[in-house]
Parts: sequence; structure tokens; C-alpha cells
Amino acid sequence: MYVYDEFDRTFLQERVDEFRDQVRRRLSGELNEEEFKPLRLMNGVYLQLHAYMLRIAIPYGTLSSDQLRALAHVARRYDRGYGHFTTRQNIQFNWIKLEELPDAMADLARAGMHGLQTSGNCIRNTTTDQWAAATPEEIEDPRLYAEIIRQWSTLHPEFTYLPRKFKIAITAAKHDRAAIRVHDIGLRLHRRDGETGFEVIVGGGLGRTPFIGKTIREFLPRHDLLSYLEAVLRTYNANGRRDNIYKARIKIQVHEIGTEEFTRRVEEEWAQIKDGALALDDAAIDAIRAHFKEPDFATLVDDPPELEAAKADPAFARWHANAVAPHRKPGHAIVTLSLKPVGGPPGDATAEQMDAVADLADQYAYGEIRVAHEQNLTLPHVAQKDLPALWRALDVQGLATPNIGLISDIIACPGLDYCSLANARSIPLAQDLTKRFADNDRIADIGRVHLNISGCINACGHHHVGHIGILGVEKQDQEFYQITLGGKANHKARLGELLGPAVPESDVVDVVERILDAYVELRTDPKETFIAAVQRLGIEPFKERAYAAR
Amino acid sequence: MPLVKNGKPVADPFVAVADDAPLPDAPALVSADRLLKEGAALFAHAYPVGVIWPNSKDVLQLEPFLARLAVVALVFPKFRDGRAYTQARLLRERLRYTGELRATGNVLRDQFLLMVRCGFDALDVAKDADAAAVEKELHTYSVFYQPTGDGRPVPLRARLAARNV
Repeated sequence: MYVYDEFDRTFLQERVDEFRDQVRRRLSGELNEEEFKPLRLMNGVYLQLHAYMLRIAIPYGTLSSDQLRALAHVARRYDRGYGHFTTRQNIQFNWIKLEELPDAMADLARAGMHGLQTSGNCIRNTTTDQWAAATPEEIEDPRLYAEIIRQWSTLHPEFTYLPRKFKIAITAAKHDRAAIRVHDIGLRLHRRDGETGFEVIVGGGLGRTPFIGKTIREFLPRHDLLSYLEAVLRTYNANGRRDNIYKARIKIQVHEIGTEEFTRRVEEEWAQIKDGALALDDAAIDAIRAHFKEPDFATLVDDPPELEAAKADPAFARWHANAVAPHRKPGHAIVTLSLKPVGGPPGDATAEQMDAVADLADQYAYGEIRVAHEQNLTLPHVAQKDLPALWRALDVQGLATPNIGLISDIIACPGLDYCSLANARSIPLAQDLTKRFADNDRIADIGRVHLNISGCINACGHHHVGHIGILGVEKQDQEFYQITLGGKANHKARLGELLGPAVPESDVVDVVERILDAYVELRTDPKETFIAAVQRLGIEPFKERAYAAR
Repeated sequence: MPLVKNGKPVADPFVAVADDAPLPDAPALVSADRLLKEGAALFAHAYPVGVIWPNSKDVLQLEPFLARLAVVALVFPKFRDGRAYTQARLLRERLRYTGELRATGNVLRDQFLLMVRCGFDALDVAKDADAAAVEKELHTYSVFYQPTGDGRPVPLRARLAARNV
């Protein structure tokens, strides 16, 4: 856990005071809505269809149990008793009153939390692997660098009014769980000749013009991280397009001037500043490292008898096989908590669930919780011997659905139920899909499938990179959905291919089911995953089946 | 519009001059085009000369003139258009410009502190009421996370800055 110090606390209190004054000036009319909008956005406050929405930053998806309790408190005191975890490891509350916002923020600040830079045309929350510092795959804790970036980017005076929003993601593991190739900047921590550094990927993104990011530097020494980021941001801020909101992201700049020219400009700028005030050294990095307190791990062995005995219960065995992953410390495990119950809105958690998870984290997981970009929660450090008791407690809370990575583990944006940009609803469709795919044997047999739903072309549900992507569109005032197949968000990121004409809402679940039935028939054996079959066969055989009954 | 310099309201002696008008008997602000066209001849004027530099032009072009320019006024056509923040830092940190650096255009109180941190020392404030709030706004924060290297003492994050600045 990163522990805030006096500096961070002072800063946050000053931020709360500043926003309280801005809200006061808005309510008194001193600020008009046009002037107030970017200010509230940079504090995470959106005006949605029905109310103001507050988005709270969860830096790199790491929460302490007390912070999760603070979120439960906000849900209960200022909202309708629940919150919605997002694909950027944040949480949103959808029913906050403007005049109560400063109080909600003050309550959050006491737990070291805020809505800072969760919206607006600034550098957003840096996201990373929810398995950071727990997975045996990684070379170093990526949150160190995410925290260094958080500090550098917080209220950066030069980059607070960028052409458009700016998102950075980092991974340090071979399997990319942070979707770094679809971010404005993706950073992959790796080693070369014994030195740790970053592959720097720029210009990825989804939305109406999706791009996979381009590598502009294979290896950036870690001491140069901030100066290089500053050079990229400066190149973007000075010359990114501002004439058209849809062409203002860095991906368009990279595309229009070309990766080579963009890289040349960045490198030229970087050469001027690399040895300046932003140069890091080991002492600076170690100072940040000291703020991440490593749990006091017990000395344990793998596969303890309590765990083996519990596997006699098929329900536990199924959950264990699905939701538990290996840990770097013997006798420990990483546990994913599904926020995708059958019939529930993906990513929602009630205040009661948040409090329960906070208590379970204290009891079994060194008080630490992570938010995954797949809109689930993770307990990164659980002793294997405690898994049976944890499972029983999670099951009582409805958090043990054994569907992690399966067809009903749907990523969805809030859609037309909440969002003023959406063309179509996402949540009811997700709910219908989870009901159709409620049979645990069946979904386990279908295996790994990522299904992503976006209610409009802004692609908050990342439909382009879903194995099955569903995009809501409007046709003659009706909700229709386009379907893509074959997208991937991981280290081999690619965009999905359009299957065919959009289908009406009433047909979507049937079409998805026919696609999956086709897969089960066409796969060479159960080990060939859905995405592998789509890559081997192309979309044609799926297209035939999908539209066959129409 | 009130001019606030180094946190205090001041009279603005500079007059913005049209490209085809002769320079007045007063300190004058000329356009970027005029500066680039007439160049050194402008500095023969008996009064100080400054330039209004748009946010779409590379400030490195100003380099040959900086020693003699009394004012560089950078433009915020809308407060949401943040290009002049980068221009300001380049002028201060890359080109070591030490004269008056003025923010002009849609200059509002909620951006004052960002502007000052990027090196602006003069604010051509858009709303009269905001001019009185400059001192307060500049003290909204007592701590800052990142160095901007503008050459002024900035309370930097100790753990990053002690070694570097």
C-alpha cells in the first residue's frame, strides 16, 4: 500500500477547499456553466442524464480497507447505496447532489481519496495490473512508477488544459492486464542488459477512431521516465489538434504526422530536458518505494491440507479453479471477486458489499484490495489455507460467481441508463446475457471469452478489443447493436472485425448464443479457445450462423 | 482589462498597435507578423516594444528578439486552450527569457496559479472581479508535486526535488 504523507494530505485538503470555493461561485452565478465545467470535470464531477456523477480516483487500482469503507460511506450517505467500478480502476457514484459534493469530497479526503483528474482534458489516473506486486510473472512492482507518474501529473501546470484527455497505463508482467496498447501512452516495464526500463507505446486508443499504440522507444531507462513523458506531453500540447474534438486525441496526431516524425519531435524535445529537474535517480525511486509497505507475509507452503480438503466440495473447487491465481509467495494466492452476478449490472457493488470486502480484506488479505479494469475486485494477497472460509463469506455477499474471464464476465459502460452521450443501453443487455449464460457448467465449457459492451461510439466498454464486442447504435430512434469478433486488449492487442449488419436489441442475446454454439461445434478440441478459433477460422463461419435465423 | 503584475494591480503603459499604424509615442505591443517582418527596425523606437504572440506559432522564432523585447504577451483564446502554458515554459526555461511574460485573452482566476507556475508574471485579467482575487488564488496551494524549472523558488516535492533543483 502506498501511504500518504503530510505533503499529500496538505495538498488534498487544499484541493477540497479550492473546489468548495468553486462550487460556491458556481451556485452564486460568479462562474457560468462553461467556466465551471472543466473545473468540476477535473474534480471528477460529470453532469449526467439524471444527476451529477462523481468519479473517484483509485490510483493504479489499489485501495486500503479503510478507503473501501470510505467509498461505502459515500455510497450510503450521499448516493443510493451503491457504486460502479469502471474500466479505469475508478469508482463512480451516479446520484450525488452538487451542493453535497464538497462534503462528500471532504469525507473522501480524510481517507486520502479524491476525484482529481478523473475527467477533463488532463492526465488521468494512471492504471496498472491489478495483480501488481502479487503475480510471480512481473519484474518489478509497476505501481512504483504509477505513483511517480501520479505525483508528476497531479495538477501539472503545463498539462491541465490539453487538447483532450490523456490516459497512461503501465504493466510489468508478460501478460498485459492493463491494456497498455490502447492507451494514449502505454509503458511496459522490462529488462535489458540487467537494467530496468520501459517500452514506450504512444497513440493507442478506442473511441470512434480506434488505434493500437505504436512503439516509439523500445527501451527507456527508468531514470528518464518523467522527462520522456514530459517530452511526449509537450509535443502533444503544443501541436495536437484543437479544431475538432473528435480528432484531438494524441492517436490522431501520431497518425497524421506519422510515427517516425512524432518520435523525432519527442526525442528532440527530450534531448533538451532529459538531464533537467525531472531526472530520477535510485534515491528518488527508493523514496517512493519506501511508501509502499509490503505486507508482512507469513511463511507458508503451497497447497495446504485445508485447501485440498475443501476441494471435495465441487462448488468450491469450481470457484477455486476459476477465481484464484498463483502468487509470488508460497502458500498465498490472488483472488478475484466477481462483480458480475447473474442479472446484475456489471461492476456495481453495494455499500454492504464494500464494507464486507473491507472486513474480509482485513481478516484474510493484509487489508489490501485492488480494482481490476475488467470491473471486478481483487484481493491480491490471501493465504491459501484461508480460501475456503473466504469463499463462503464471499458467496454470502454474492461475490463468488465462478465466471472470471468467462462469457458472463462482461465489461460494460453505464450506457443510456445514465450517460448523456449514449445511443443505447448497455446494462440491461449485459443483464440479459448473464441470465442466458447462467449455467456454470456451460460457461466453463465455453471457456475464456471477453464480451465488451459500449452504449456508443465513445467505446467506454472497450468493445473494439472484446473477443466479442457489442456497440450500441441508434437507427430510426431504435436501439441497435453492432457486433465485432476477434478483438484483444492484451500484449497482442488487435481490433475486432465487424460481423455484419447491426441487430435489434431483442436479437442480440440470441446472436451471441449462436456465435458461441458455432464455436463449440467448430473448435478443434476444448483447449482451443474462442479467440483462437476466431483467429484460425476468420469471421465467416460465425457470420453465417449468427444471421442464419433471421 | 486590469493588468496584474507579480500579484499586484498595475497600470498598463502598453498600447496594442495595428499592423499598418505607425508606432505611437508610448510603449507598444505589435503583432507577431509585424515583429517578424520589421524585425530589428522596431527597436529603434524611443519606447519599449513588446509582442503579442499567438499560441499557434513556435516561440523559438522569438529567440533573436528576446533580449530587446519588453513584453511577450501569450494568448489564451479560450481558457481551455492550453498551448500558451507550453510556450511560456519554453520561453522561460529553454530561451531564458527574463522580461515580462504576459497572459492575455480569456484569463480567468481559476487558471492564475497554473499560469504563474509556468512562468507568467503578468496577467491581463479578463474579468474585473477576478483582479482582486489574484493574491488569494496564488495561495490556493502551499505544496506542489512537480518542478517546472521556471527559475523561481518553487516549493517542490522534497523527495524528488532536493537532489535535482
